[in-house]
Amino acid sequence: MTFLYAAAIAAYTGCGLYLMLSRHVVRIILGLALLTNGAIFLIFFSGRIGSMVPAVIPLGDQQLAPDAANSLPQALALTAIVIGFALTAFAVALLVAAYKRLDTLDAREMTAAEDMGSPFLPPGGRPSTGGRPSNDGRSAEKTPEAEKKSDEVKTNG
Amino acid sequence: MADQLDLLWPVLIPVMTAALAACFWYNIRAQRIISFIGLVLLFAASVKLTMTVVEHGVIAKQFGGWAPPFGISFVADPLAAALVAITGLLALTVGIFGFYDVRARHERAGFYPLFHGMITGVNGAFLTGDAFNLYVWFEVMLVTSLGLLVISRSREQLDGTIKYGVLNLFGTILFLIGLALLYGATGTLNMADLARVLPGMTMTPGLMTAAMLFLAAFAIKAGLFPLFFWLPASYHTATFAVGAIFAGLLTKVGVYATFRPFTLLFLIEGETLRYVFTFIAAMTMITGVFGAAVQWNIRRILSFHIISQIGYMLMGLAIATPIAWAGASFYIIHHIIVKANLFLLAGAIRAAGGSDDLRRTGGLLKSHPWLAVLFLIPALSLAGLPPLSGFWAKFLVIDASLRAEYYGLAAVALIVGVLTLFSMMKIWMEAFWKASPVTPSRRRYVPVAFIIPIVMLGAVTMTIGLFAEPFVTYARDAGDVLVDPPLYIAPVFGAEAAAEAGALIAGDAVEAEVIETDLIENGADDGVEEEVR
Amino acid sequence: MRSIILVASTRIFFIAMVVVSLWILLRGHNEPGGGFIGGLMGAAAFATLAFAAGVDDARKMLRIHPAVLMGVGLVLAAVSGLPGVVLNGSYLQHQWLELDLGLFELKLGTTLVFDIGVYFVVIGGVLSFMFRLYEEEQG
Repeated sequence: MTFLYAAAIAAYTGCGLYLMLSRHVVRIILGLALLTNGAIFLIFFSGRIGSMVPAVIPLGDQQLAPDAANSLPQALALTAIVIGFALTAFAVALLVAAYKRLDTLDAREMTAAEDMGSPFLPPGGRPSTGGRPSNDGRSAEKTPEAEKKSDEVKTNG
Repeated sequence: MADQLDLLWPVLIPVMTAALAACFWYNIRAQRIISFIGLVLLFAASVKLTMTVVEHGVIAKQFGGWAPPFGISFVADPLAAALVAITGLLALTVGIFGFYDVRARHERAGFYPLFHGMITGVNGAFLTGDAFNLYVWFEVMLVTSLGLLVISRSREQLDGTIKYGVLNLFGTILFLIGLALLYGATGTLNMADLARVLPGMTMTPGLMTAAMLFLAAFAIKAGLFPLFFWLPASYHTATFAVGAIFAGLLTKVGVYATFRPFTLLFLIEGETLRYVFTFIAAMTMITGVFGAAVQWNIRRILSFHIISQIGYMLMGLAIATPIAWAGASFYIIHHIIVKANLFLLAGAIRAAGGSDDLRRTGGLLKSHPWLAVLFLIPALSLAGLPPLSGFWAKFLVIDASLRAEYYGLAAVALIVGVLTLFSMMKIWMEAFWKASPVTPSRRRYVPVAFIIPIVMLGAVTMTIGLFAEPFVTYARDAGDVLVDPPLYIAPVFGAEAAAEAGALIAGDAVEAEVIETDLIENGADDGVEEEVR
Repeated sequence: MRSIILVASTRIFFIAMVVVSLWILLRGHNEPGGGFIGGLMGAAAFATLAFAAGVDDARKMLRIHPAVLMGVGLVLAAVSGLPGVVLNGSYLQHQWLELDLGLFELKLGTTLVFDIGVYFVVIGGVLSFMFRLYEEEQG
């Protein structure tokens, strides 16, 4: 059984990390969800699964049965599941909104925040995305550099 | 008993405020009133907590009436109490700033519940004495801060929020994995209990892995050297009020969380870990300040400076003498106020000059001379010029590093201070000194709601700078608690357990023939300790 | 394109699911169950309705905004801890009230208030995301 648990944790964590390395934002979120599950399994397993008796005091008794399961890892796992669920739901909603506004799910093309005040772009922002062209002398110097930079990024990919 | 309840209110008041604000989802006016009352009450409660801690020392409280290791305990040591007080002050000032900055559509998108939810998370993280509970507060903070960051739904915000969210989520997962390993090894997650149990255990690979996972997780949260990329990618896209509270508080929660395990749980022994911390501290300072040099967006410059300033705080962890801890504690408190003030000023500069890109604004010295004065207070304080608060903060950490013979670290800190001054002068020259590149069609006014919080925070900076004595004394108290885990254990488990733990911790030292009092007393103990080891 | 069979059967299922979710909520008093699981069931009921009959119908059925429900739940959960502060000086230490109703003994505690609070928070939290996602898809 131990091997099975360990293999499950390894599979979850490994798949999660692999998906996170992708540039596709949906896969990154899926990877995070898998990774959270791996961590939850790990909590559960470090709590030493020994007993299958639920940690509920039977009717009429005053205390927990001696062979009852340790309830703390269960509480920790439940909390982590709830939080993971909420964050995944938020991330999915965020992605839908981002896809509508940015028209892309490729992490490389998401540069709207980086472009603000970037030294590699003219003050008006990226020219191709409809940013206002600037007549500033400084920006004229920077523009070829900006193009070079964006080329580099593309070839790196 | 009544004193211990002081621990409850800084968390319960923002929860209730958030919940009540959510109850009045369609009534914006009611939300505003609830929010402001909540902020005032929170400020009062957090000041009360700090005063209680000053009076009684570290206080602790068990929730739900469970006995210590089983229930969730809240503990306030001087550092945590001071941070809660600063959070209260900052929330209040940002709340005032928000009267003008928060737009109706932000309010309809749930600004007030999210804002108070985030404050809950921050205060909870500062006060909790339970490692898993810390994770919960981190997540509360994360999900609400994501909501606040993306509140305008603009392209920049969506982009920034995705980066912020993914990397921070990854950080909390690392924290969770570390918690699982720690729980597996020790069977407890109460921090005071861990501090009691861990000194008696051998440092197994599993425990070491847990410690390093904590370091990585909190390094992401705090924006330490190789893991800070989410910070300058997102903070400058937020609305100004949100950006200020983020810049002031969120990374400092990470720094506080980095301090906790490495003062309480995994005592920094041996050379290797110390070298790692020293290297991270130095690199964080350097990369932050150089990253800022090339940027043109005011808040991006300031975001990079957050990173470089975090390096100074980490010097406390690297040097780990009582004086260094005091310096780091003082630094955190000074930094929260100054950085939040600068982010608010970025909003004022935007309102006065029309843009937060330095290339497209200017001439503010002529049109808004008072704004220039208000800018210089936090800017020069950030760079560490006397008589402002930043001078004392830098003085304390650099003094500590010189005493402990970390000359390289001291040199880096001094050079980075000069470079910070250069960066502040860049904002000064571009935004205030140079003539405006565009002739403004009309005179722009800075709203009063912007000026009041900036003046308040500036006044606090001046006060800390001019009357540093009580603050330094307080920081020394905070440092003393950080180096002496039994002081933290005693209020949770009672004096006996603390004495046992103290003996256990001192046990190592006795073996190495170092007299215990020597360790605690002077700042130069470091050399002695190393010699003996 | 809406299937009439789906919409009609969903309305029956909806009622059944809400009732079961309430039962699970109250069952948590002494047996496995409780606010969180009950809340998830309740949210699933509304989500099914939104899926079959449209978000507008589901919103109408809920009557109040999910965020308001979340707020109410949070207030209930937070308030449920306060009696402990007054009586024992410990927040969230739950207090019990035993009533003898002749036929049977009723044991009421502040935990029930807490659980109902959690129930609302979970329903509100899940639905505020769920409704928005459905609307994005349809709109």
